[in-house]
Amino acid sequence: MKLELKKVYNYHKKEMIKVLLIQQMGCLNLIGKSIPRREGKNKVTGTAKYTADYSTPGQLYAVLVTSPHAHAKIKSIDITKATKCAGVQAVVTGKDYPVLTGSAVEDRPVLAIEKVRYFGEPVAIVVANSEYEAEKACSYVQVEYELLPVLHSVEESFTGKNALIHESFHLYTKPKKLKPIPERNVANHVTVRKGDFHKGKHISDVLVKTNVSLPQSDHAAMETRSVKAEILPTGEVHIESSSQAPFDIQQMVSKHFNIDTNKVIVHTPFVGGAFGGKAAIQLEFIAYIASKSTGGKPIKLTHSRENDMISSPVHIGMDSDVKLGATNDGKLTMLEMTFKFDSGAYVDESSDITTTAALNCTGPYKVDHVWCDAYCVYTNHPYATSFRGYGHGELAFAIERALDKLAEKLQMDPMELRIKNAIKPGDTTPSQAKLTKGNIGNTKACLERIKKLIDWDEGDVVPVSNNVIRAKGISGLWKTSMSPTDASSGAIITLNKDGSMNLNVGVVEIGQGTKTTLIQILATSMQVDESKIHMKMDVNTESSPEHWKTVASTAVYMAGNAVVEAAEDVKRQLKNNASYKLRCKPEDLEVGESRVYLKSDPQKHVNVQSVVRGYKYNNGNTAGNMVIGRGGFVMNQLTNMDLKTGKAFPGPAWTVGAQAVEVEFNTRTFFYTITKAVSVLDAGVIFNPKGARGQVTGAMSMGLSWASREGFYFNQNGNIINNQFRTYKTLRFDEQPEYIVDFVNTEQLDGPYGARGVGEHGIIGMPAALANSLSKAANTSLNHLPLIPEFIWSKKKEETP
Amino acid sequence: MKQLVELFINEEKKQVHVRPTDTLLHTLRNNLGLTGSKPGCENGDCGACTALVDGRPMKTCLVLTVEAAHYKITTIEGLKDSSIQQAFEKKFAFQCGYCTSGFIMNCYALTMQYPNADKYQIKNWLQSNICRCTGYEEIEQAIQSIVISDKAK
Repeated sequence: MKLELKKVYNYHKKEMIKVLLIQQMGCLNLIGKSIPRREGKNKVTGTAKYTADYSTPGQLYAVLVTSPHAHAKIKSIDITKATKCAGVQAVVTGKDYPVLTGSAVEDRPVLAIEKVRYFGEPVAIVVANSEYEAEKACSYVQVEYELLPVLHSVEESFTGKNALIHESFHLYTKPKKLKPIPERNVANHVTVRKGDFHKGKHISDVLVKTNVSLPQSDHAAMETRSVKAEILPTGEVHIESSSQAPFDIQQMVSKHFNIDTNKVIVHTPFVGGAFGGKAAIQLEFIAYIASKSTGGKPIKLTHSRENDMISSPVHIGMDSDVKLGATNDGKLTMLEMTFKFDSGAYVDESSDITTTAALNCTGPYKVDHVWCDAYCVYTNHPYATSFRGYGHGELAFAIERALDKLAEKLQMDPMELRIKNAIKPGDTTPSQAKLTKGNIGNTKACLERIKKLIDWDEGDVVPVSNNVIRAKGISGLWKTSMSPTDASSGAIITLNKDGSMNLNVGVVEIGQGTKTTLIQILATSMQVDESKIHMKMDVNTESSPEHWKTVASTAVYMAGNAVVEAAEDVKRQLKNNASYKLRCKPEDLEVGESRVYLKSDPQKHVNVQSVVRGYKYNNGNTAGNMVIGRGGFVMNQLTNMDLKTGKAFPGPAWTVGAQAVEVEFNTRTFFYTITKAVSVLDAGVIFNPKGARGQVTGAMSMGLSWASREGFYFNQNGNIINNQFRTYKTLRFDEQPEYIVDFVNTEQLDGPYGARGVGEHGIIGMPAALANSLSKAANTSLNHLPLIPEFIWSKKKEETP
Repeated sequence: MKQLVELFINEEKKQVHVRPTDTLLHTLRNNLGLTGSKPGCENGDCGACTALVDGRPMKTCLVLTVEAAHYKITTIEGLKDSSIQQAFEKKFAFQCGYCTSGFIMNCYALTMQYPNADKYQIKNWLQSNICRCTGYEEIEQAIQSIVISDKAK
């Protein structure tokens, strides 16, 4: 008996010390701890399942028939032979489901109707018992085309002379905020007018002009897009998709096929990389009509790499003219800019990317007089959708090349020029949004940090040997998310009988690691070990709370805030239940380490597990209630854009940063090695440093790959000739530079514990920094991507008489 | 048209009915439920489908199942808590996880064959796989940690 008492005493003493420690030091603080990925073990053992890994008994396979032409009238489609092929269950063409879709402009049929507008466009779909039978039958679908003039570039389209890609544009459903010029193949024209343009010109001592361009390229996620669809006898439509936007799929399938939203159920397991390319909805519609055509049977449709690259949406292309003015001492005075974005055959996200680029066209620099015209232009290229950075990498390439040119003209250090004009709280963006300490980070600090890290003072051009030059280039960067003004997210927490928790959010795990960060946020909020939290890894629209889309580096911000609110809700309910036992007011209590305790006397406590289903008195009576936590988040303070001036508050905050690249360039062969790449981001409070670094280096790698070698090549008929990894090269293992990543930590005041998103920012300045370094090394202006040695050679050759 | 083939996979004998044109990748995923091997390109370019055939890393999208009959095949599912898997987890050497099986199988084969592989060998071997999420930095750290710890033995 005595021993028992001693044990109890010791236990309480230990617990009391623990609680005091928590109170004094916040020792269960998981902020800044690189805890391993929650799903890690499943991924390293090959057991993590992706969409195409699942099979349903009796499932059928769908394969696409795609267009061999970039622009042609469909004169006829004969499916008779294909239908008779072995194993074929259905052959579907566009006319069977004449529905127009699109996230902004509804300009895209599910399968081509009347004409095809790009090489690789889905024209028909064959459903068969096996994939090879479907593939075989595809070759028996006979389509007769009449060729139309192909619009190969934004310039060709913009004249509107040769052809119109959408003759019936005026009939399309489209948002009111668009300003199209249909006779010039322009789906959206965005104007930004800030300050007094003429005054800006007048006070400028120096003016530089430059033209930059980059071709369309691909997201090239390792998992190709895949989808399954089935329609149950109850009318419920079940879709499983490799997607960043399961809730959007639910909305869009419901809208376009006139099905009650609650009857569309979308499931998304792990996604094998996305980078913006899986926020678009395309194959889901196709799989739905394929299933519908077979009486609702389960259909699986998985892209081949070749189709994934050209039939599904790609990364936007751009052509931009920049006029940048400054005073003699290097103060930026005015910016006149024109963007022509290559949206390809359909608009999808391109109209909004155009808007985003225009509203943020200056990059992270203060310019009082801004005049920007941005056009979203149709061409006969594959259609574009969001890509990591959402227009910011493209605008950075334009503005940062112009800044280097300006520095040259001013005979000023390009670093000093940027530091001098770095934007700060109190300034306004091109869209006249007022910047505050709470919504923008410290650009100047990032630039100053990068100056040291890249050893800028060594000199930006240093000869290494006879033919080799080491050169450095820099770029500033900023990014805001262009979300709907009411984008929302939610979190639900349920508790198990042992007091452990289940967290359910609508964020998709696409590789970015948000779910692990959210576990850290909840653990910090609840003051429990992360092992006490189960995270639902997949997303299902029937049980997960809606999360707008897993895009725009906003998942931690949006869902993180929802998780904090849900945790507060849980704590409030736990305190209420515990107050029955501890005979006090709920507000006298605190929650931590799976206990609810008196603030004034932490030794007096009740374990969470005894208050998750109310509190049960000794005689069996139960008081209180079952604990279920809920939290929500809706963007606030965002405003729609003024159509004349572009005045808007487009996103909740601007993340800023600076990047640098060092190359060793061979002046004889024009080959180069990227030796070093540096990023300094103002990422606010970092939850998981290793995870954050991986996001940044991964994005840098993608940016260097994009800038140095990626881009689609079209032949004279508008056909893409490099739609596989053999010919579409990405950066590989031994081509990586040394990465240096550092963070400045200005808290985002409304972020969960001050956190900001970092998923995209590492890519933004890479093309500009690489182009700036190579331009110096080769002593010429390199304003076109990709920066392959042959291009540098041809540029130099042009210049030599 | 289909024929019966006996495969020796992950230390087990498995009989499968396959078409002569079925790739080993197809058979692993669709007949045997071994979905750890991933199709990334089905053209031998990306390495996501890499498995071991008699200890050597092979892109299973380039192997016909009928050719694989008399070899010892090891897929990611056949590795049991190997040090390279642990290293991948510990070093954050994956993000989306889709290329991971292929990378791990390639790294595993390399370290089995050359326990003291040097930087040059590592670079040469790992050129065959594409990772689109990371900057390969963590993958390099993962395999380096295995090579070094094996050296220490």
